[in-house]
Amino acid sequence: MSAPGLRGGIERFGNTVGRVLNRGGSAAAPRLDLSHDIILYLEGITVSFDGFRALNNLSLYVEAGELRCIIGPNGAGKTTMMDVITGKTRPDLGSAWFGQTVDLLTLTEPEIAEVGIGRKFQKPTVFSEHSVFENLELAMAGNKSVWRMLFAKMTPEQHLRIDEVLETIGLKDHRAARAGSLSHGQKQWLEIGMLLMQDPALLLVDEPVAGMTPQETERTAELLVSLAGKHSVVVVEHDMNFVRSIARTVTVLHQGSVLAEGSMEQVQNDPKVIEVYLGDGGH
Amino acid sequence: MENAMEAPRKLAKHAPPTPYQLLMRNDLPSGLFLTVLAIVTVLVPILHLVVPEGNVLHLSSYSVTLIGKYMCYALLAVAVDLIWGYCGILSLGHTAFFALGGYAMGMYLMRQIGTRGVYADPVLPDFMVFLNWKELPWFWQGMDQFWFAMIMVVFIPGLLAYVFGWLAFRSRVTGVYLSIITQALTYALLLAFFRNEMGFGGNNGLTDFKDLLGMDLKQPGVRIALFVATGVCLGFGYFACRYVVRSRFGRVVQAIRDAESRARFIGYRVENYKLWLFTFSAMLAGLAGALYVPQVGIINPGEFAPINSIEVVIWVAVGGRGTLYGAVVGAVLVNYAKTVLTDALPDVWLYALGALFVVVTLFLPKGIVGVLPDLKAKIDTLRLQRARRAR
Ligand SMILES: Nc1ncnc2c1ncn2[C@@H]1O[C@H](COP(=O)(O)OP(=O)(O)O)[C@@H](O)[C@H]1O
Ligand SMILES: [Mg+2]
Repeated sequence: MSAPGLRGGIERFGNTVGRVLNRGGSAAAPRLDLSHDIILYLEGITVSFDGFRALNNLSLYVEAGELRCIIGPNGAGKTTMMDVITGKTRPDLGSAWFGQTVDLLTLTEPEIAEVGIGRKFQKPTVFSEHSVFENLELAMAGNKSVWRMLFAKMTPEQHLRIDEVLETIGLKDHRAARAGSLSHGQKQWLEIGMLLMQDPALLLVDEPVAGMTPQETERTAELLVSLAGKHSVVVVEHDMNFVRSIARTVTVLHQGSVLAEGSMEQVQNDPKVIEVYLGDGGH
Repeated sequence: MENAMEAPRKLAKHAPPTPYQLLMRNDLPSGLFLTVLAIVTVLVPILHLVVPEGNVLHLSSYSVTLIGKYMCYALLAVAVDLIWGYCGILSLGHTAFFALGGYAMGMYLMRQIGTRGVYADPVLPDFMVFLNWKELPWFWQGMDQFWFAMIMVVFIPGLLAYVFGWLAFRSRVTGVYLSIITQALTYALLLAFFRNEMGFGGNNGLTDFKDLLGMDLKQPGVRIALFVATGVCLGFGYFACRYVVRSRFGRVVQAIRDAESRARFIGYRVENYKLWLFTFSAMLAGLAGALYVPQVGIINPGEFAPINSIEVVIWVAVGGRGTLYGAVVGAVLVNYAKTVLTDALPDVWLYALGALFVVVTLFLPKGIVGVLPDLKAKIDTLRLQRARRAR
């Protein structure tokens, strides 16, 4: 083990001990500071996979309370961008800040979740052996330390909150169902419900309407629009009609960097965008 | 109107369940197991002590020890199922913790021998006198105190598991790699404990125990006390595991098993969850080992053999993983088969075990305890079909 690795290890060990001693109170997680009204700063982010640049000097700013749509052809780097924000992938270059104070590149996945970033995956990933209710319970905001969970009891308020979310995502009649037995669209909804339970300041939503019926798509759009304002929402989507129905600002990603940004109308009339999309087979 | 009807029912639903309900709700097999365990723990002493020898109902001391051994194995199997069945951590080194608990108990029993050893040294065990050691090594200090030794029984396995798990889980070692390093761990301990200089009796291990708490181990009463203690520990250990898997912690652990990275993105520190579960499991294994040693009368490095750990995993697979009671069923049945088979055809056992494992993996993925529910489901669908046809 190298010296910095060792030091990091000792530090983490200390943190673990500290956490155990104070029964898991989160160790001084930095607070979200929105004094400049920007919730997410990505600057000069570059990610290479074996020399291939999935993200290439990507810069992007998301305002607090904004609903932002990210579009772009397959392989543009949209999912990779979310991986960087949530700590799954570390960039080779660049910086990523959550508000004024939180340096995302120094935090682990659970720490990033704790400061207030929630994510819905492109491929819906719910806990398939757990019931719908338990999935929401697991996603519930709050202290998630080992000791708390060992003695956790559900309060009536938490119960009501879960009922509320079940209502919102239309899975009230499926509360006891195994999550693995749900249809694709229902799983998508359950994952959105898990996001709601987490109650994050920033929601990253990767292709939420894939596999949904038009009615389900419409309801998803309504839900995401209703979330904006109180939360900031970043939606990645292929479905242009869907994007048109919800977007205020659209960012077009192409080959790992921002190609265009603006209102849907501006973006659609941008010659660069037209070229990329026509060249890609047209969407 | 409707709301008024609804309100009381809602309240009742939100009323917190009692601890017993929480533990045993929807879990008939666990209740059944604990009942059987209670009956055995009460009945065996009666059949051994009260029913006179010669009566058909009399239970020999051999049988008492055998059942006691099975119960130790059952506790070990439950510990393995807790991490494998519920968290997907396939430890192929769990008998290392079992053996360490056994050694801690063995050290206490060695110190109880006192001057009755061959060399009659009041402090040093025979093997140390034989090695020409003049002083008790530091790690043998305090082991003459029962309470201290009992703490060490769970502390040493727990500490090793904590350090090992801390290194492994933080580096995100999972799956087959983790299984391999657990095998390496137990193998390394096997080699170390074989060495005389380690101070644990080398090849011969620790044996020739005389007393426990000043009472002769050969007395029927002491044998029975050990047996009852084993039954009680198995019961409480099972209960504790049941509590753990039924708590929200347990649901998180199962979530980690099914979608580890998802759990991270929700905000769970996966490595801490694995670490504490693994440590707790190792402590249970240590306890099982400590109960095992005075009943069989010996602990030697052979207990660290990698094959032993693999056998435990087979018990759990055969019984049915992820249920706890399946682990008990597997441990008892496989070991009973082993007792019978090694008596009749000693060379065949390992092949039989291997074959059993293959058969179970191929045909009974949920193990023996999975057969009944599956059968019931099949019968139900058959009935349904017949009812439909009749209509
Ligand atoms: N782990 C990885 N290893 C190698 N290449 C990857 C990896 N993840 C993504 N890529 C590549 O990076 C590019 C961007 O992928 P992705 O972010 O998934 O695109 P999008 O979500 O916009 O469709 C793709 O060409 C993909 O093949
Ligand atoms: Mg993608």
